Amino acid sequence: MTESGEPMDTTDLTPVASVAEDGPRVMVKPSNVSESEEAEREVVFSTRDLAVYYGSFRAIRDINLPILKNEITALIGPSGCGKTTFLRCLNRMNDLIEGARVEGTLLYHGVDLYDERVDPVEVRRRIGMVFQKPNPFPKSIYDNIAFGPKIAGYKGDMDDLVEESLRKAALWDEVKDKLKESGLALSGGQQQRLCIARAIATKPDVILMDEPCSALDPIATAHIEELIDELRQSFTIAIVTHNMQQAARVSQKTAFFHLGKLIEFGPTEGMFTNPKERMTQDYITGRFG
Amino acid sequence: MAAIAPTQQVRSTVELALRGTKRDVAGRLFQAGLLLSLLLALAILIVLLGTALVDAWPVLSTRVGDFVTKDVSRLDSRAGVRQGVVGSLILIGFVAVVALPLGIAAAIYLQEYARDTRMNRLLTTNIRNLAGVPSIVYGILGLVVFVKTLRTLTGPENFGRSFISGGMTLAVLVLPIIILITMEALRSVPKSIREAAYGVGATRWEVVRSHVLPYAAPGVFTGTILSLARAFGETAPLLLVGAVTGYLSTPTGRSPLEILQGSYTSLPTLIFSWSRLAGEGWEANTAAAIIVLLAIILVVNLVAILLRNRYDRKW
Repeated sequence: MTESGEPMDTTDLTPVASVAEDGPRVMVKPSNVSESEEAEREVVFSTRDLAVYYGSFRAIRDINLPILKNEITALIGPSGCGKTTFLRCLNRMNDLIEGARVEGTLLYHGVDLYDERVDPVEVRRRIGMVFQKPNPFPKSIYDNIAFGPKIAGYKGDMDDLVEESLRKAALWDEVKDKLKESGLALSGGQQQRLCIARAIATKPDVILMDEPCSALDPIATAHIEELIDELRQSFTIAIVTHNMQQAARVSQKTAFFHLGKLIEFGPTEGMFTNPKERMTQDYITGRFG
Repeated sequence: MAAIAPTQQVRSTVELALRGTKRDVAGRLFQAGLLLSLLLALAILIVLLGTALVDAWPVLSTRVGDFVTKDVSRLDSRAGVRQGVVGSLILIGFVAVVALPLGIAAAIYLQEYARDTRMNRLLTTNIRNLAGVPSIVYGILGLVVFVKTLRTLTGPENFGRSFISGGMTLAVLVLPIIILITMEALRSVPKSIREAAYGVGATRWEVVRSHVLPYAAPGVFTGTILSLARAFGETAPLLLVGAVTGYLSTPTGRSPLEILQGSYTSLPTLIFSWSRLAGEGWEANTAAAIIVLLAIILVVNLVAILLRNRYDRKW
């Protein structure tokens, strides 16, 4: 656990009386980066003692983790460590799970996402998601992309938006002649890029990715990784991955979870070359997990 | 290093080992037992159909067209099943109009909206139980509620024994089945598809309308068609709520409401009452009516199967 005295200067965390608790608090501070470089990026998410319960089971606790604009934050850790649970908190996807309960504070651009006045539908419109298994709708490629913008009341030219989204997802050239064909007819890697295009189409602010390459072969994975890196220019990305090399390749920041707690968080390079925690080192080098 | 071919001795040892010595007697017996059960079930079906066909042959071979298009008659040589067929079709139409929207709506609520509380689990369990209640019980319910209590609505001129009473009774009978079938179809839409829709900012209504319902529709339709086919063949409850042989009120010049409130008959009740008449001619008529009923149900099931094959979805 990284103990550090001062709170991070970039997180505009305002103390919330109801959730402030006594006792040791894990304050995580990125190492190896000068404060000035750090300050250039705006904070998109910040959490304060975030905890999630499924019924009486506490899946994650004491999470204090900032996610910065136009950065890729990788969430790593062994199965069941809570990284996916954390990710699904960020767009209130956990609301769909019966019995899931969130404690602590999760701020999105300074606004509490779990405030009762917040509409989860609006949250998910701004914070898109790509899932572990490619899950295109059993509809045409075109309709897969157009669904999100349509329900959001998009007024512009839908054909243009579909093309733009598919281009950004590096899929346009492969599917431009068969937009009316079913999304399920594509290969696994293409399906996942279709899902990324679908997530992009609603012009979100953040894209959450839950092990987007775990069901893909190495070539498709390489495609997606390249794509993720390009997407960083326009989006903020949080990605859960089981693949250490992938985390090292694509991300700027890495967070290591273990047994529901955030063990270490910092710039990816520092984390992989010089982890501060013994547990992190063991996990990264494959000694457990 | 050159590869060495296996010697004759190695080959024969391996060959012997691979052949094995165990005879799987229990497995074979089990398989034979399964096949026997299947053949027995088929044989019973064939015997039933065969005897019905043989009994019905005098009618089917001489006047099948007349038999289907003519009304009931006191003379066995002139009796037909037209009223029964028309009555059953009106009845089933009524059941479909009442039970389908109600059942599908209830299922959508239970599967998509209701939270997983003790109350709702109890509700689902009870619906499951209702689906297994013998149909005669629904007949008693229909007699008390639709024929007696609601007489002024269901059939003021004929003691409540009307299409409405019969249709409502059958609707209540198939309602739990329709709910369960629809819930099953909705449940089969994968969670990942729902999450995908929620993930792009869809509301619950948009997820249900644009994704869950369209993807579940083939299952819902085939299932409900089969349940309607079951209602088509129901006899016991209709006997209790007053289906009358031979009195079908479809004369011209009456409003649909008057027809629905009028006396009615159905194919199964027709078969039932004919089966109690003496004489070889009536025996043949009964068998022929059974063949007509089976043919209609077969066609309905065929439609359901074709629909399912056509829209079957692979995830």
